[in-house]
Amino acid sequence: MHRRVVITGMGVVAPGGVGAKAFWELLTSGRTATRTISFFDPSPFRSQVAAECDFDPAACGLTPVQTARMDRAAQFAVVAAAEAVADAGLELAELDPYRLGTVVGSAVGATMSLEREYVIASQKGARWLVDNTHTSPHLYDYYVPGSFAAEVAWSVGAEGPAAVVSTGCTSGLDAVAYAAELIREGSADVVVGGATDAPISPITVACFDAIKATTPRNDDPAHASRPFDNSRNGFVLGEGSAMFVLEDFERARRRGAPVYAEIVGFASRCNAFHMTGLRPDGREMAEAIRSALDFAQLNPERIGYVNAHGSGTKQNDRHETAAVKLALKDHAYATPMSSIKSMVGHSLGAIGAIEVAACALAIVNGVVPPTANLHEPDPECDLDYVPLEARDRHLDAVLSVGSGFGGFQSAMLLARPEGGAR
Amino acid sequence: MSGAPVVTGLGVIAATGLDTATYWKNLLDGRCGIGRIERFDPASYASRLAGEIRDFDPAAYLPDRLLAQTDHVTRFSLTAAAAALTDAGVDPAALGEYDMSVVTASSAGGFEFGQKELEKLWAKGGDHVSAYQSFAWFYAVNTGQISIRHGMRGPSGVVVTDHAGGLDAVGQARRHLRAGTPLAVTGGVDGSLCPWGWIGQLATGQISEREDPARAYLPFDADANGWIPGEGGAILIVEQPEAAARRGAATVYGEISGYAATFDPAPGSGRPPGLRRAIELALADAGCAPSEVDVVFADAAGVPELDAAEARALTEVFGARRVPVTAPKTATGRLAAGAGGLDLATALLSLRDQVIPPTINVTTVAPACADLDLVLDAPRPAPLHRALVVARGIGGFNAAVLLTAP
Repeated sequence: MHRRVVITGMGVVAPGGVGAKAFWELLTSGRTATRTISFFDPSPFRSQVAAECDFDPAACGLTPVQTARMDRAAQFAVVAAAEAVADAGLELAELDPYRLGTVVGSAVGATMSLEREYVIASQKGARWLVDNTHTSPHLYDYYVPGSFAAEVAWSVGAEGPAAVVSTGCTSGLDAVAYAAELIREGSADVVVGGATDAPISPITVACFDAIKATTPRNDDPAHASRPFDNSRNGFVLGEGSAMFVLEDFERARRRGAPVYAEIVGFASRCNAFHMTGLRPDGREMAEAIRSALDFAQLNPERIGYVNAHGSGTKQNDRHETAAVKLALKDHAYATPMSSIKSMVGHSLGAIGAIEVAACALAIVNGVVPPTANLHEPDPECDLDYVPLEARDRHLDAVLSVGSGFGGFQSAMLLARPEGGAR
Repeated sequence: MSGAPVVTGLGVIAATGLDTATYWKNLLDGRCGIGRIERFDPASYASRLAGEIRDFDPAAYLPDRLLAQTDHVTRFSLTAAAAALTDAGVDPAALGEYDMSVVTASSAGGFEFGQKELEKLWAKGGDHVSAYQSFAWFYAVNTGQISIRHGMRGPSGVVVTDHAGGLDAVGQARRHLRAGTPLAVTGGVDGSLCPWGWIGQLATGQISEREDPARAYLPFDADANGWIPGEGGAILIVEQPEAAARRGAATVYGEISGYAATFDPAPGSGRPPGLRRAIELALADAGCAPSEVDVVFADAAGVPELDAAEARALTEVFGARRVPVTAPKTATGRLAAGAGGLDLATALLSLRDQVIPPTINVTTVAPACADLDLVLDAPRPAPLHRALVVARGIGGFNAAVLLTAP
């Protein structure tokens, strides 16, 4: 007898603004938050654009001690978790810490802090035998990003199961699913779960340059992320976090908590094909979608919106278009499918959770966010990608899909809660 | 799945053995795999010992194509996974592609690969960074590579919970089995013996600075002075019992009867740590009383206050000197996310051979740990039906797994 899981709170740190409200305003305005990289001089690199967060840790409530200790990604997660807890109306002092879990997804962990410390330790790469006398006392926290879960757990007083989930670019979806499973199986009643990443550093930019995965559209940064458009030529790196309060459905109902959505289905598959490549037929992602529908016992016709992985690489856009058609058949053509990466970029492990936030807000507001910058679709991408403008639409159930290096393919189904969304 | 998942294959790789049989023999013989680091010159660091895997020729195990794109830790993982599948008699091509999951634990990914690429970037420029950097260093690399090599397309995963990871990976694999996937490749193989990984570990302030391998990593000893990192771990093949029976699995090492994870309270909260609760929850999950546990494989931090905390938790659950406790990781060093996998494999071998491997090098048990019945010096034959494996990760992770003999 498995329990049901609902989202009762959310917090978002995303490019374009801190907080779920600013995030939703950006998504529905069709504006974009991509720009020329400002964190370092990007001129030596092929791709020089990113979706950066304007994030002031002190203004978001972090103490100087926390800010000095935590990697930027951990800071995002702690700030988003605090927003989620407040949003859910949880009184932390009244929660049983043993029944409160913590799950944080991240693809690349504390990569910014690691690179910063490496530069110090190696004298900018001059030394192989790096010197530990000038590096941060918190280096181990960056070395093992389990520290992200620790920081969130400490910030909310959680002593139940805790984990960082790191499955490349499906980390966000997989972390939310892991969190939901802790509740479903009875290991926790409430989980603060979501994902975070802050990868905008030279090594990340260089590694995606090396495989031409990111866009070289440096002359027009605001329009550089162009999923499904015929002119797209790679993704735009992003950063951010979304954290949720996930709660046992009965518990949420008893305390009269407003509910965004119920997590009704999830499944993941691997393509066992290539660490970075995708098979054009999309069969493993289609299998994940079908399996999630099975789990949810949901008729695919009820899906009113598909939140695409939509990274803006030719390979991805064709792969997932094929996958959605395979899984939803004719209903794929009748279902709006958009990519918010067109506006907030691709924050690797975080984006899956940020996209769950977009799906939950879409259900609550009855609005489908658009795919920005989509003027002329790739002829091989022939679904309804909601170009340029948000669209009003009553939503019963939505599907979010993700695809990641390592071959990971994940699919999550969210549904309007019984009695209506908040 | 009607019963508990069963373990049908083991693949071990550690400083004391590149395969399961060698590892187990050396463990029972009391051999120590800890020595001065040879992978790089450790002279400039305060700590110079590690449980380093030597005499491993990756080309003997892996094709060239994979050598170019993998860190040491991924080579070890792929080798252990292949050995585990062979041990289980599993031909992945004969099973359904979606019927096999891969769930591994990692602590720092392929860290030496990352150091080399950081060096190229900062010393020579971005143009010199490898096309493989986008995945070869990251935490998901071992799961991805195992999945690709063996055509496994089921639900997969990666957990990062520091040294508790190996157990949490098995816990997550069990969820996939319960949800319907017949088989999972799981556990953990880990290690970052490169200069950049080394200073990451030194930053814990918990690494022993002794030069004598026999006096460096001494968990529960009055002379405990920190731990020694090692590399390696174990991959386990875990199956739904019906699936193992259906394919006629030759060996069942044991079943995963219980699992639980908890997290310690924030530092300074004054609340008790969570290890005891993890153990109690794992026992409850298995429907097993403390008196039914025949041996405990300890986390064995080697840091006096952490040893005392573990001894206290075990004594609170089991009573004073009521269950034998051992720490075979004294022979290999602590393997980070590989530790849980290796301890599970070791515990299963103990159940098979009805013998508890010793905690080596420990001579004088600390007063704070005096209530532990530590298995010292030599293997101890004993009737063994249930074994408990515990692990803790820095930051506050606790995990426990209960194994039952077939």
